[in-house]
Amino acid sequence: MTTTTQTTCPYCGVGCGVTATREAADRVSIAGDAQHPANKGSLCSKGTALADTVDLGGRLLHPMVDGVRADWHTALDRVAGGLAETIAEHGPDAVAFYVSGQLLTEDYYIANKLMKGYIGSANIDTNSRLCMSSAVAGHMRAFGEDVVPGCYDDLEAADLVVLVGSNTAWCHPVVYQRVMAAREADPNKKLVVIDPRRTATADTADLHLPLAPGADVALFNGLLAYLANNGFTTDLPGGAEAIAAAGPGRDIQASDRQGGDIATVAEAVGVDDADLQTFFEWFAATERTVTVFSQGVNQSSAGTDKVNAIINCHLLTERIGKPGACPFSITGQPNAMGGREVGGLSSTLAAHMGFDRADTVQRFWDSPAIASEPGLKAVELFEAIEAGQVKAVWIMATNPIVSLPDADRARAALEKCPLVIVSDVMRHTDTAELADVLLPAAGWAEKSGTATNSERTISRQRPFLPMPGQARPDWRIMCDVAQRMGFAEGFVYDGPAAIFREHAALTVFENHGERVLNLAGLAELSDADYDELQPTRWPVASPQPLRAAGAMPARAGVDQLFVDATYPTADGRAHLVAVTPRGPANACSGDYPLALNTGRIRDHWHTMTRTAKSQRLAAHIPEPFVEIHPLDARAYRIVDGELATVTTAWGQASLRVITTERQRRGCLFAPMHWNDQFASSARIGSAANPAVCPISGEPEFKHTPAAIAPFKAAWHGFIYAARPLRLRATVGIDWWVKVAGERFVRYEIAGCETPADLKAAARRWLGVAAHDVDWLDAADPAAGTYRAAHVDAGHLEAALFMAPTPARLPERSWLAGLYTGRAMTEVQRAAVLAGRPADASADTGAPVCSCFGVGRKTILRAIEADGLDSVDAVGRALAAGTNCGSCKPEIAELLAEAGKA
Amino acid sequence: MHDTHQPRLDLVVIGNGMAGLRVIEDLLEIAPERYNIIVFGAEPHASYNRIMLSPVLAGDKAFADIQTHDRRWYEANGITLYTGEAVATIDRRRRMVISAEGREVGYDRLVLATGSRPFIIPVPGHDRPGVISFRDITDVDEMVKASENGGKAVVIGGGLLGLEAAYGLHKRGMDVTIVHLMDQLMERQLDPMAAALLQHSLAQRGLSFCMGAETAAITGNDNGHVNGLCFKDADSSTLAADLVVMAVGIRPNIDLAKASGLHCDKGIVVNDTMQTYDPRIYAVGECVEHRKAVYGLVAPLWDQAKVCANHLAWRGHSQYGGSVTATQLKVTGIDMYSAGDFSESEETDTLTYADIRRGVYKRIVLRDDRIAGVVLYGDTRDGAWYFQHMQAGTDVSAFRDLLLFGKAFVDAGTEETVDDSNAEAA
Repeated sequence: MTTTTQTTCPYCGVGCGVTATREAADRVSIAGDAQHPANKGSLCSKGTALADTVDLGGRLLHPMVDGVRADWHTALDRVAGGLAETIAEHGPDAVAFYVSGQLLTEDYYIANKLMKGYIGSANIDTNSRLCMSSAVAGHMRAFGEDVVPGCYDDLEAADLVVLVGSNTAWCHPVVYQRVMAAREADPNKKLVVIDPRRTATADTADLHLPLAPGADVALFNGLLAYLANNGFTTDLPGGAEAIAAAGPGRDIQASDRQGGDIATVAEAVGVDDADLQTFFEWFAATERTVTVFSQGVNQSSAGTDKVNAIINCHLLTERIGKPGACPFSITGQPNAMGGREVGGLSSTLAAHMGFDRADTVQRFWDSPAIASEPGLKAVELFEAIEAGQVKAVWIMATNPIVSLPDADRARAALEKCPLVIVSDVMRHTDTAELADVLLPAAGWAEKSGTATNSERTISRQRPFLPMPGQARPDWRIMCDVAQRMGFAEGFVYDGPAAIFREHAALTVFENHGERVLNLAGLAELSDADYDELQPTRWPVASPQPLRAAGAMPARAGVDQLFVDATYPTADGRAHLVAVTPRGPANACSGDYPLALNTGRIRDHWHTMTRTAKSQRLAAHIPEPFVEIHPLDARAYRIVDGELATVTTAWGQASLRVITTERQRRGCLFAPMHWNDQFASSARIGSAANPAVCPISGEPEFKHTPAAIAPFKAAWHGFIYAARPLRLRATVGIDWWVKVAGERFVRYEIAGCETPADLKAAARRWLGVAAHDVDWLDAADPAAGTYRAAHVDAGHLEAALFMAPTPARLPERSWLAGLYTGRAMTEVQRAAVLAGRPADASADTGAPVCSCFGVGRKTILRAIEADGLDSVDAVGRALAAGTNCGSCKPEIAELLAEAGKA
Repeated sequence: MHDTHQPRLDLVVIGNGMAGLRVIEDLLEIAPERYNIIVFGAEPHASYNRIMLSPVLAGDKAFADIQTHDRRWYEANGITLYTGEAVATIDRRRRMVISAEGREVGYDRLVLATGSRPFIIPVPGHDRPGVISFRDITDVDEMVKASENGGKAVVIGGGLLGLEAAYGLHKRGMDVTIVHLMDQLMERQLDPMAAALLQHSLAQRGLSFCMGAETAAITGNDNGHVNGLCFKDADSSTLAADLVVMAVGIRPNIDLAKASGLHCDKGIVVNDTMQTYDPRIYAVGECVEHRKAVYGLVAPLWDQAKVCANHLAWRGHSQYGGSVTATQLKVTGIDMYSAGDFSESEETDTLTYADIRRGVYKRIVLRDDRIAGVVLYGDTRDGAWYFQHMQAGTDVSAFRDLLLFGKAFVDAGTEETVDDSNAEAA
């Protein structure tokens, strides 16, 4: 029987609606939900591949205590007992929760209630701290509450979209596609990208400002001064001070009536004078301007100031509270916003109330305790664990040993922490390996609840697969623990709907209009109404008639906030904040001359527990890499395609080198995703400095002083294996990366010494002990190349390729196609060690379009053979780029390469 | 042209085999008017393709299939042919050859193409009835006759010819054992791995092997006919045989040349224009020693004949610089190819490919990034392609990593203009 379920994508903060169709034999197919206002049917490559990720491979299916399988009863007793004992002995602040923007709002609400209302500590923080807490703090300073004033429709209504510190094309692809579509419909709309890197997003912009890392405040202060000098005035609180503090802006006003000394700002920001002037002019002249900012702004020791520098410009120009005009923080996680709403950050209490409203919250909860002051923020929390102040920590749905800065220190902290509880869906993560108690949480496809996206839209996440093994939803696990801790009265819920109603009721409780967050209209939902709840943007001040599925009608005061220019501040007005530029907390030095920036790539998500399951996602960028400008590469003797070790004062990672002029000189970029489950030494978080913004506590992932040197590999290679191998402690392999495939696992490998007996080493690595096996090999020992394949009953069991340089290894894509589940043909067998077919046209090349599996060589051949001359033409011929569109910039690049565009 | 008005010269060719015939053919093509051609052949037949004797023995071909020139061809080209008539003497002073039957024929130019004769190990009993070599159609006839009664055959010699003889006799129903002095078959053409594969494959077809065995004597029954052989080993082991084929190599047939006072060493010594020490007398084929090398394969013979014919035709001065040789085994279902020098040294690199389960093995020896030698077993499709590159001295460094996989892969790999990296630029 086929059933289709409306639910919400679990990846980024765009919060797209998806429909999951469960067919016979538990086959799942995923599509964009045409009814959902965020995506209107489209999906990105990651969302499209969701069906690849719902299998049970690698799932944690039962509780484990001290590394041994346990029943729920034992595990819950251990958790509750451990927490209670720690509290009894050391006080409530000796325990902490570290939760996640991937929890649902209902889970988040229970975690927050348990910690702040029953344990009585505010030591609950979330990985959202790492991604958008600067936006939260900036919103609070400017608006008095953490609210995003606009919605995605504003991006389409805008005549100028400014993307700051956001590789939107890769990280929020559906939002990006909406902006692109609007520009196609109206070519007068402009797009400006402000990013030190020339990203795929920057490729399509009308103007790219490759600013120096961390120069955002200087740039937006310059803009503020320019605007102030060109006729914009404000009487808002802080306005005069902000303009006065605008740094070079003072000079601008003094020196040049025409709008300031652009050159001074341009020099400070590190961009071209004329380009900067263009940006200032466009901004000044465009009433409908939306400035979208993301982690490139937030992840900074001056993150909050950067946010306010941007908001200042919108307040000065009154570009807020109107369609097509606002500052717009887009979040990285699916439910970062929901977490913020319930109060899951240690710096807020609950329902957008601060600790000044402790009494209100305690009365609502009728709880035995209430946290009276902010708790530890993420980085502080792990420092406190290390210092022994926090003795029990419960980590839910996140992998801090990978995602925190100075992550090795976080690992050391967890290693010495007396009680580490981890709730996760996966059995093996870097963090799960350190757990005393491991609790199997229900996964995306199995859970019921709500999530709020970046435009304040609450969407239902609905289950379409049964909960596997002994997995349970997080809210239920926490309620069970709370009851065992003696808090039974506060944690009796018959389902997520009841929790949601309570959460909604709290937003209304003693809310006389001072909090924008108001879910009054949802506080009385019946269970059935909750099940049927369609995407709903808050505030929902009064009971709303439940609408049929479909786009929400535009409502001033909901879609755009602050339409009447009143704000939830004490004086009811928005505030400009005087900010002055300051450099990153840790400046580059002689020993560490380069600025390391970390971030996401298109087809992976966070620590890869999900996306690494999908071959099509893993194939786009299979390996952790470091990008470096070619001139820097030459200076540090780094070779494109080989390996390099990035070292900082905190740690190091060894990564594949990509030399590219997309990178500024003096800067490095490395992806955040890879970790010890997928690579020998790619956990870039271990190298990131732990400096944080003093206001938001958000770490400075975008700037760590670093050095780079060649990884002295004597040989490079790769392995295809039908079954996972254990390479972690393998003698002779000094570097490896695991790449998921369908029916196979691929390992990229390298070693610092060439084994004397290549065949013996290869057999050992591939775990081939028996002598009478079907083994074929090709050896050129003088050149240092060796290729071998292990065949079992005609099926390719494993293949290994070694060469002195990566360039001498064959491409990977064709070999992947040999794992069909069928025996190899004679022709394939004869070609397997060549690593390619004798017929060139059978070779697709590295994948470009993940959605339709279209490879680079296929596209180049089609461009050549069929004279394709545009991205659309390629799409018509090969379907590439016609689903999520996030590979369109790459297709454009291939056209340019082929000389067609 | 001036040449055509000259009176024809007399060209005598001694040897009606493949080398002599090839010289004549080449010469007819470029200078058909220059010579009266007289050919002496010791065998009674007109010419046949000697390298196809193995398929005849194996029953894959009939003798008629391998005959190359019948008497009409000689007549049509005005060639005088004396078959079954060996030349006994060369009177160089009188420029006259005298046949065993006393026929005297004068020459202006003489080509010696006397070929080779099989080497017979001079062990006791080597001349018994039932001990034969594998050289000409008479030998084949004798083997075919012997095989009609089935029984046991022993082939002494695990080289190319010995294996083909053994395979042929096996196909004709005999129980065949190959006796070989060395531990591996075809040690001059194969490396140990390929030889082992070959032996395995032949053993699977039902052939038996006595490796590392030296024959002490060939024994006979009461009427003298061979009945077995015994070995020079500790326990003087024996092997029964109704037929013994000696295929341990060939020796250039130089008796006539030597008797005529021409300089000979292992063979008749020739210069780069195939002339002996008497410039009117040429020599080609297996009887020749050129730059210390003696060849037992067909390809060098073509090269030599071409140079010789050119020189006889007074056409420039093309020279013979020696041949790189390639060998193929003519055993149905066994693909084996060997060419060049695949001995290893400090200056060489060795590339190997082994897919034992599929019975494929390749070894390529490079010297200065050029192919010096190649051994192919099980998949010989690219033999000729490797051979071309070996002869051309191609620098293979640009496609070295695909070299073992052969022409199709190298072509597909080098046609490619797409430079693909595994990690895309962001």
